[in-house]
Amino acid sequence: MSSVPVPVHPIHKDYQGAKLGMWLFLSTEILLFGGLFLLYSAYRARYPLDFHTGGQHLDTFIGIANTVILLTSSLAVAIAVTAMQKGNRRLTMICLGATIVFALMFLVNKYFEWMAEIHRGIYPNGPALLKLPDGEKIFYGLYYCMTGLHGLHVLAGAAALAITLDFVRRHKITRSDFSKLENVGLYWHLVDVVWIFLLPLLYLAA
Amino acid sequence: MGQTMEHAEEHGHVVPYRTLIVIWLLLLLLTAVLVYVSTAYHAALSVPALLTVTPLKAGLVFFYFMHLKYEKPFFKGLVILVLGALILFIGLTFADLSYR
Amino acid sequence: MTTIAQGEVPAYRGFLAAGDRKGILAWILSTDHKRIGILYLGTMVSLFLAAMIIGVLMRIEQLSVSHPLFQPAVYNAFFTVHGVIMIFMFVLPGASSVFGNFFLPIMIGARDVAFPRVNLLSWYFFIAGALVVLLSLFTGHGPPDTGWTFYVPFSLRTGTNVPMGVFGVFLLGFSSILTGLNFITTVHRLRAPGMTWHRMPLFVWATYATAWVQVLATPVIGVTLLLVIAERLFGVGVFDPTKGGDPLLYQHLFWIYSHPAVYIMILPAMGAITEVIPTFAHRTIFGYRAIAYSSLGIAILGSLVWGHHMFTSGMSDNANLVFSLFTFLVAVPSSIKVFNWTATLYKGAIELNPPMIFALTFIFLFSIGGLTGLIQGALNVNVHLHDTYWIVGHFHYVMFGGTGMGFFAALLYWFPKMFGKMYNQRVAAISWLPIFVGFMMFYGGMLVLGYMGMPRRYYTHLPQFHAGHVFASVGAFVMAAGLVLFFTNLITALFRGEKAAANPWGGVTLEWQTTSPPPLENFEEIPAIADRPYIFNREAAS
Repeated sequence: MSSVPVPVHPIHKDYQGAKLGMWLFLSTEILLFGGLFLLYSAYRARYPLDFHTGGQHLDTFIGIANTVILLTSSLAVAIAVTAMQKGNRRLTMICLGATIVFALMFLVNKYFEWMAEIHRGIYPNGPALLKLPDGEKIFYGLYYCMTGLHGLHVLAGAAALAITLDFVRRHKITRSDFSKLENVGLYWHLVDVVWIFLLPLLYLAA
Repeated sequence: MGQTMEHAEEHGHVVPYRTLIVIWLLLLLLTAVLVYVSTAYHAALSVPALLTVTPLKAGLVFFYFMHLKYEKPFFKGLVILVLGALILFIGLTFADLSYR
Repeated sequence: MTTIAQGEVPAYRGFLAAGDRKGILAWILSTDHKRIGILYLGTMVSLFLAAMIIGVLMRIEQLSVSHPLFQPAVYNAFFTVHGVIMIFMFVLPGASSVFGNFFLPIMIGARDVAFPRVNLLSWYFFIAGALVVLLSLFTGHGPPDTGWTFYVPFSLRTGTNVPMGVFGVFLLGFSSILTGLNFITTVHRLRAPGMTWHRMPLFVWATYATAWVQVLATPVIGVTLLLVIAERLFGVGVFDPTKGGDPLLYQHLFWIYSHPAVYIMILPAMGAITEVIPTFAHRTIFGYRAIAYSSLGIAILGSLVWGHHMFTSGMSDNANLVFSLFTFLVAVPSSIKVFNWTATLYKGAIELNPPMIFALTFIFLFSIGGLTGLIQGALNVNVHLHDTYWIVGHFHYVMFGGTGMGFFAALLYWFPKMFGKMYNQRVAAISWLPIFVGFMMFYGGMLVLGYMGMPRRYYTHLPQFHAGHVFASVGAFVMAAGLVLFFTNLITALFRGEKAAANPWGGVTLEWQTTSPPPLENFEEIPAIADRPYIFNREAAS
């Protein structure tokens, strides 16, 4: 076999490879939430009326508000990526900061939403919950699991965005090497996509 | 394929600001449609709405915000594969659930 | 048997001596895929031996029915921990985490995997998961006693340390996902110039197919285990029947992963066998594309059969029929491979070195395992065989006779390349005999016991099964003795083995074109590939 000489320590960054790795990771996230969607489908088919009742009870306003917040946060991070590609570092950092603010707003809303339910006794093993029919027990169980798991991902995403913001600040992400920024953006968009499904399933389950 | 640097791909396709904002507005509009149909109408309309509007919203995020429209076919194939697997898992489970 | 040319081999330690860190830090902080592969090897073999000891204790318990040595609750913990360690810490990572890590980059002419640091993180998750599971043995109310399947509602009710055990498994799943993600990206992005898809060694194809299953199936059990933890800690109630839950949904979610998991277990081992057989038959592999694509076929079809673990659970008849049909279908790509290996052997110049002996054993034992799987895939027969020792026999034939023997064959094949030392081949061959004879007595005995009606996961048995149990236990002890000899031989070789040549077996894939052990960056220069693999009609370097 003939050989092609290459330097002993090639320092190369594989933009497509990094993107592939992130998309594969996102695939695992889709299947992670997918398990919960399977459960939701199964139980909804089994307890249609109870799921309807539960969905009506949840605070639709907060659900819609959080949807708008996440959609806008996705816009913000997408603008951040375009801005970096165009060399507009300042806009990138502003948009990343905005995304983080939106993420935190989402989490604060989620906190109040959960607190309201908990005060009404509707939480796992809560007094009011245990008096409800089985289907509603399941509905609220799924509600807490799905929004809880999603909330953890919002938190993780916010942390990742903050780290990314710092990388931009320190010029570790640049116009010619912005793979980390793009990949964090991809992650954030997936968090948004999950919520796009959660909204109708949980809040608009009419 | 291999370790060759593909310069044209290195900087990726740039999605214009305008496109991003238009998509965002579309997403808000679709959300409004979804909410309206779900609250103002019976389940008869809201479930079909959920089944069409929601994937459409998700598709917009995938295609434009996540650049999927501009990526190589492999990435589109990957998303189809993953969603297909999920649908298969749910579908086969219903082979059990629907008949008990 | 091939003799090693002693005088021509330089004293050379390759990647084993590279790097500026010293001692243990040089290993546990290294992102070199070769070191990570060896880290997996060392930890996995240790865990295997620990789980083997638990297995031996279980066999001793079954010998002492009149005066049981262990309480029933302890026996329940035994089979649970034995299963969790063997499955999640040995067979699942298996040939992929050890030999995939070590050889996949080399076989495609790359210097490392796509994400070396993620690779090390994957091993950290492995260690963390293993430690958490082991911690569950000594904390709370003791190790889980649910069986490795953690079925609800018992796993929700039992006082034992289910949350911790299950969380450990969750972490191990993360390790698997990261490895799969890394390998997929590596194969897509880092093949050397000229290394087209159809020039890759079949071990790479197998590991690649496995990686897809790791990425797509593992998250499902991840979320399921998290839900079990949430149910136990917070009383969430998504599976709990007293709160309206359906325990069968747990089983569906569990097996949606755990069935494809067995293909994660077997595919890399099959890939390793596909490397060993051409080398020792001195013939090119028969049906390269059939083997490559059947790996993918197994991965895909194998994701549709999970319900065959649930035939007697109360699933609908329709589901039973569908899953039984798919179960028969998945036997097709598996048997394609067996035909291809056999055809490769036909008219080959076969050398019975230790790797080949174990590879042939693999084919034999895996075939028995596969055929017994077909038998229990028939709905009517399954009613009698489910939850009996037949099932236990079956899965040991495929997991141990299959993946285990494949792992051993791979280890014997690649040991000289990895460590630069050769083990005592005669002792390795001798150790095969008690392993094989003991195996057949033990698990063959289980098949018979199960057919006669012996239930699994029982700490004791009725008198009519006693003779079978004694026979099986004797087989187990003989097999265990063989395994101890097998590993002692290899561990001794690490320290006192003779220097190995670059190509002691005459292999023709890329790993044999570099030194034993390989240098830090695998190749002095990245080779350019001009040919298909497995061409034996030209002189291979020795």
